[in-house]
Amino acid sequence: MASEMIVAIQKSFPGRLSVDASFRLPLDPPTILILFGPSGAGKTTVLRCLAGLEWPEQGSIQFGDEVWVETKVGTRMPPQKRRIGFMSQDYSLFPSHSVEDNIAFGLGELDAASRRQRVTEVMALLQLQGAERVRPNQLSGGQQQRVALARAIARRPQLLLLDEPLSALDAPTQSKLCGELRSLLKQLAIPSVVVTHDWAEALTLGDQMTVINEGRVLQTGTPQEVFSRPRDAEVARIVGVETVVQGRVIDSSSGLSTIDVDGTKLMALADAELGLDVFVCVRAEDVVLETLGVGATSARNHLAGTVREVTIMGALVRIRIDCGFLLSALVTRSAVEDLRLSPGVPVVAAIKAGAVHLVSRGSRAASACASA
Amino acid sequence: MAIAVTLKLAALTALILVVIGLPLAHWLSFSRWRWKFLVESVVALPLVLPPTVLGFYILVAIGPQSPLGRFYIAIVGHPLPFTFEGLLFASVLYSLPFAVQPFVAAFEQVDRRLIEASWTLGVSRIKTFFKLIIPLSVAGVVTGFVLSFAHTLGEFGVVLMVGGNIEGVTRTVSIDIYDEVQALNYAGAAKTALFLLAISYAVLLGVYAMNRKVWTIWPQK
Repeated sequence: MASEMIVAIQKSFPGRLSVDASFRLPLDPPTILILFGPSGAGKTTVLRCLAGLEWPEQGSIQFGDEVWVETKVGTRMPPQKRRIGFMSQDYSLFPSHSVEDNIAFGLGELDAASRRQRVTEVMALLQLQGAERVRPNQLSGGQQQRVALARAIARRPQLLLLDEPLSALDAPTQSKLCGELRSLLKQLAIPSVVVTHDWAEALTLGDQMTVINEGRVLQTGTPQEVFSRPRDAEVARIVGVETVVQGRVIDSSSGLSTIDVDGTKLMALADAELGLDVFVCVRAEDVVLETLGVGATSARNHLAGTVREVTIMGALVRIRIDCGFLLSALVTRSAVEDLRLSPGVPVVAAIKAGAVHLVSRGSRAASACASA
Repeated sequence: MAIAVTLKLAALTALILVVIGLPLAHWLSFSRWRWKFLVESVVALPLVLPPTVLGFYILVAIGPQSPLGRFYIAIVGHPLPFTFEGLLFASVLYSLPFAVQPFVAAFEQVDRRLIEASWTLGVSRIKTFFKLIIPLSVAGVVTGFVLSFAHTLGEFGVVLMVGGNIEGVTRTVSIDIYDEVQALNYAGAAKTALFLLAISYAVLLGVYAMNRKVWTIWPQK
């Protein structure tokens, strides 16, 4: 049996929505699982159950050979025994302890020499040298996040749990740290569960992704799968970005990049490195459809294609267009009538360069995580 | 002589209260037991009870007629009332809320999320208490210690009931003042009273200054 973590938990809160979630996380090779959903969806509750800070009313959590929770027989392994690294949204650094003492806090089982060595190691890994004696509240948000990560990984946990790891930071710092976080997680090779509501973060960090809404698991798959093929309208609405395709940067100058997607060229408003492999993300509502032969517009991307699929979603209609790759557009019903959109009809999709988002998974992150 | 007895009594009382008050306060702060308020009320009782009433019950409870008193005699060989140890026992009970309530207030200020972070780092509950909760509550612990010290300095009713008035053993400053006044020696009483006033004021100054952090001249982070 391949080693994996199997989670199936139920928990209810008086007057609030209940959580009923099941998912699996392969441990070998170590996998990064994204729990994705809007705020209040129950993601944090699931994470706290994994950490042992909340107890499900029913269900089980199995980690490889270890049983962490099994309500049928009353097994409840306390957080101390699970050998996890947990990082809460606000980092929960100890204000009474220096950076060094924060990181060494969980290393009580080591002797003084190996403890010092481990602290030095982890601080070097996260580029925190020189901050040993500083109190956490003297650090910038980005540095605090590093200290919290350092503290979480210092004990060499067998599972890393990160709750909105970047949400407490300002946008430029977020995009900088997101790429770094991905390379760090890959380098550490620890199975991880990351809670986020940011699609760019999910695409950058995740190997697997589980969409949760109102306490329930809606869809699981690789981030690209989930984003580009949402199971239903609810998932599509939650993830927000329906076109996610892989491409390569072939030109970049003065803030504009040209990306090649299977032979189709797209302009994006981003500084990206030449030759970088990126995810190209377009929100369906940012795509404008035109009939053939309309004159020049300000949109930089005009993609000729054929309508493949027309799905009515309430007042809006989702059109899938084949223009070298599958592009989703969201238009009104009257637009469908005016343009006579139906499968097989040729159409031009116009997208402003600013609506083409690039998410890099390389360590040389260009504009990773800069979600709109 | 009375001053030495008083200082010794106050210091020992405050020390004992730190030792038994911290675990008690920890339990009061973090327990989810629904009948916890019963214990809370008992701890607060000395705040409202007349000292003579408290003293009377303690006297009866530790007297040679009670099981506790007989037990003490069996072990030590002499009864507990009207000894320094008996007085110490009464003082600890009398000053209990003055130590426990600041401790509880400080513990409740500690962010639960920090405690949870400590647990996820593999640190047991008891170690979390000593390594995290106490360092975060230093001001409250010192306040509780100092208040119980200061409160014991000035106690009168309980001392009279349980300790009696034995020169060099249980005669404290406040009783000394009463004796001086009874003997119409107002000058002597004034001297001792001033001493008690000065100490009490100095102690409270220390507590309030610490809680306001007045001596951090440079910005302490």
